[in-house]
Amino acid sequence: MKPASFAHHAPLTLEEALALLARHGEEARVLAGGQSLVPTMAFRMARPAVLVDINRIAALDHVTVEGSVLRIGALARHARFETPAVAGPLGALLARVAHHIAHPPLRLRGTFCGSLAHADPASEWCATALALEARMVLARADGLREVAAEDWFQGVFSTAMAPGEMLREVVLPLPAPAWRGGFAEFARRAGDFALAMAVVGLRLEGGVVRGARIALGGIGGQPVLAREAMALLESQPPSPALLEEAAATAARHCDPQEDLHAPAEYRRELVAVMVKRALRQAVSA
Amino acid sequence: MTEVRFTVNGAAQCAEVEPRLTLADMLREECGLTGTHLGCEHGVCGACTVLMDGLPVRGCLVFGVQAEGADIRTVEGLAAPDGTLNVLQRAFQAQHGLQCGFCTPGFLMLATWMLEQPGGVDEARLRDVLASNLCRCTGYQNILAAVRAAAQEMGVWKG
Ligand SMILES: Cc1cc2nc3c(=O)[nH]c(=O)nc-3n(C[C@H](O)[C@H](O)[C@H](O)COP(=O)(O)OP(=O)(O)OC[C@H]3O[C@@H](n4cnc5c(N)ncnc54)[C@H](O)[C@@H]3O)c2cc1C
Ligand code: FES
Ligand code: FES
Repeated sequence: MKPASFAHHAPLTLEEALALLARHGEEARVLAGGQSLVPTMAFRMARPAVLVDINRIAALDHVTVEGSVLRIGALARHARFETPAVAGPLGALLARVAHHIAHPPLRLRGTFCGSLAHADPASEWCATALALEARMVLARADGLREVAAEDWFQGVFSTAMAPGEMLREVVLPLPAPAWRGGFAEFARRAGDFALAMAVVGLRLEGGVVRGARIALGGIGGQPVLAREAMALLESQPPSPALLEEAAATAARHCDPQEDLHAPAEYRRELVAVMVKRALRQAVSA
Repeated sequence: MTEVRFTVNGAAQCAEVEPRLTLADMLREECGLTGTHLGCEHGVCGACTVLMDGLPVRGCLVFGVQAEGADIRTVEGLAAPDGTLNVLQRAFQAQHGLQCGFCTPGFLMLATWMLEQPGGVDEARLRDVLASNLCRCTGYQNILAAVRAAAQEMGVWKG
């Protein structure tokens, strides 16, 4: 249970960090909170030759509203969101989600961007990023590019990020005033990875639902949108029967996996309940 | 090997370590402070909890080299220099908050952090924070009782 040898670099600037990542390519990994990477290294499932520790780069430690977006820097820890990072329903949703990630000491250390980079199938922030149409800002020594959440996840622990790149920021669009969010997950014990979760965002305009997004997490290799349920809700008044039907639709069309924690059919049942709870929360907010 | 300078319980320390050595192993092997225990070595049990710059960390998920310049507090720093136990330690003793004692240093440091936070502690907060660590002996009730009693004695219990 001891990590293999590596070289440790703790640059003070983003430029130095990107130069190190460019120089070492596939050999290098970013060390953010270390709450996923260090266990992986202890199990020797990862053996990076070089760690680029970003914990001393103060410029990455931000959560700021800029124009119509919320910018979340690579050093923003989970705990930062437990008190609303932004006013209104978005901040409230992020606070509720943050509270379900692991335990307080892990939340003080683990980062939002680290969760997106690690892409655990049961990561709360990954499902949230998909529901909220996040954009990932990737930096490398010679430039920047952005990747939409829908193109980011590429299977278990896999993303669109390439060697030499760093996830500098995640950008969340600030929602319209009529927007509401909802979140529900089920885990066997407090702080465990969830067996299923749903993150919901929608607008209530003139008594009907518009632009609903429902992301499911914890059920398979990567978070997915419940597109059929989203379509069902469009332009409908949010009656209890409609929410029930949307939840059943999400469960019917999803593709839950079986693992040692739960059989697929159990996860499907959980999806129906989690989607229903998240939708109820959103429409009653 | 990398040279790391930091303080532990107020005393300056300097260690020559490989980057792969965790903070918990550095404290045990380089500083001789074996009060910090290692259970799972992958972040699940919390036995290795120490305070780093005032915040509780899993000592097995931080590398020693990352403690450069940091202020570390461990279970060895809780009792007075003459060995007199502090309020929290006495509460663990009085309430039977330990049996084998393996998990105890981690719980003590976690609770130390919680009790020092502004705003006090209520039952929900107590359970949320103490759920971070595992104990295989006590069944948790006496750990909760011990920290509750300490919070009361310290005047930070919000019931
Ligand atoms: C006991 C335990 C329980 C947990 N429970 C949960 C839970 O319930 N829900 C949950 O979501 N997570 C959980 N986690 C994981 C935790 O949330 C991690 O903090 C998170 O997955 C990764 O963030 P990090 O900052 O710690 O990243 P690290 O561990 O530092 O890195 C993880 C991976 O992402 C890469 N990386 C990190 N940041 C960047 C970046 N900016 N650019 C490029 N690559 C980067 C690293 O190279 C590495 O490959 C748990 C962890 C533990 C140990
Ligand atoms: S030994 Fe560090 S959490 Fe278990
Ligand atoms: S007292 Fe034995 S593990 Fe907690």
